[in-house]
Amino acid sequence: MSTAIQNISLSGRKKEVSHKEMTFWERLYLVAIVKGLIITIKHLFRKKVTVQYPEQVREFSPVYRGQHMLKRDEQGRENCTACGLCALSCPAEAITMKAAERKKGEEHLYREEKYAEIYEINMLRCIFCGLCEEACPKDAVYLTLSKELVPASYDREDFIFGKDKLVMPLEMAMKNAQLNNAN
Amino acid sequence: MDSAFIIEKSVVIVTVFAITMIMAMYSTYAERKVAAFLQDRIGPNRAGKFGLLQPLADGLKLFSKEEFFPNTPNRFLFIVGPAIAMSTALMTSAVIPWGDRLHIFGRDVILQATDIDVSLLYIFGVVSVGVYGIMIGGWASNNKFSLMGAVRAASQMVSYEIAMGLSMIALLMMTGTLSLKEISLQQSGMDWNVFYQPVSFLIFLICAFAELNRTPFDLAECESELIGGYHTEYSSMKMGFYLFAEYANMFISSAILSVLFFGGYNYPGMQWMVDNVGVNVANILGIFALFIKICGFIFFIMWVRWTIPRFRYDQLMNLGWRILIPLSIVNIIITGICILAFK
Repeated sequence: MSTAIQNISLSGRKKEVSHKEMTFWERLYLVAIVKGLIITIKHLFRKKVTVQYPEQVREFSPVYRGQHMLKRDEQGRENCTACGLCALSCPAEAITMKAAERKKGEEHLYREEKYAEIYEINMLRCIFCGLCEEACPKDAVYLTLSKELVPASYDREDFIFGKDKLVMPLEMAMKNAQLNNAN
Repeated sequence: MDSAFIIEKSVVIVTVFAITMIMAMYSTYAERKVAAFLQDRIGPNRAGKFGLLQPLADGLKLFSKEEFFPNTPNRFLFIVGPAIAMSTALMTSAVIPWGDRLHIFGRDVILQATDIDVSLLYIFGVVSVGVYGIMIGGWASNNKFSLMGAVRAASQMVSYEIAMGLSMIALLMMTGTLSLKEISLQQSGMDWNVFYQPVSFLIFLICAFAELNRTPFDLAECESELIGGYHTEYSSMKMGFYLFAEYANMFISSAILSVLFFGGYNYPGMQWMVDNVGVNVANILGIFALFIKICGFIFFIMWVRWTIPRFRYDQLMNLGWRILIPLSIVNIIITGICILAFK
């Protein structure tokens, strides 16, 4: 048995379209309008989907790439050793840094002998691709940790984020350490 | 004419004016809230509790906007347009009976600015002048989109006024009077006209939508084709007047619909209240009854706006000329036969 090609429906959702004249009652549109009104009135009592933004913040996905964070280890020392691989991998050339040598008495601040004295990301250049995160051999730079968006500003200078904005707060490092110990 | 009468009428007029304004103001708020709720949103809720100060904020915004004039030779008409739209919208409120009577200071205060015996004709007259506000505004804007919006509005209003008038004739054959006060009195008890003239009511309702230039008949200001229609070139409070006039018209139309078909200020058991509780209490309840009906209609108008898409222009004209007008003529004939047969 052969089926004509125009009758085959691969999706199973094929509908025959007709172009018949409307009857008098259909041309009055009343029945259709009442049907529509019933649909809309049902929505009056539905749960509202609005998120009241400043008070109510929608949760980020765990893999959401937001503002960068320079991670500290469990003793609160900065992971970054200013190797420059993140800057090298950055397709937008948003990252600059200046390395410095750790002095005596700074062992509690920096994990290794070399650290970033200056670490700047230009957030206007950054495309939030996460390649810096992938390139980092020291587990230092993360886009998923801060759970923050880069805030808006009127000034271009405000978008060059230094270490003051990027390094993980000490309390957060301590809290992470506690959580790890508990586990 | 004694001074007490003048004071009484002035108070009534000022109150009616104020109430119309407030209702129009809060209709804009209600519109946004209803729109939001029908679309599963919350709507304005930042200005004041539940956003109740939103209309004030909107008004303040409109007042403080730049007053822009297009390069038009008709500067005078450009200003007259919104003025006509606004004043005609407010004028119709004069003949609507808001209640029967209150007994204050030993006087019977009629709750109506004026009871002329051709109220209904007066309303039709004033409403037809309302189209001039749109026409003049659209013409004086010196802009083809405005002009097209105005032309559409004019032809639409003229077409639907015929069906509206014809639907009214069937009602008038039944009531035998043009005075809205008389019509209200005739409907006391649950003797509402809508039960006798449902087709007339339906046609009147549809035509009211068209006269109001509201969705599904808002072709005069359809954004997708004509930018803003007749008020494209308007800004600041002149624009505000056009928008405000629409909402004032909506309030008045709802009032007329309630008075003509839904018994006006009458509510079940009103006569009993007058006899047993007192004239004042009964009539204040009557005013509330009327306002509940009006708010119901305003909600209905908004509800329809967020349900039905805009008609195409040929559909609009077909509906007006080829369906509503024959239907209302048939309605008149049937009404006539019924009156002959049963009275």
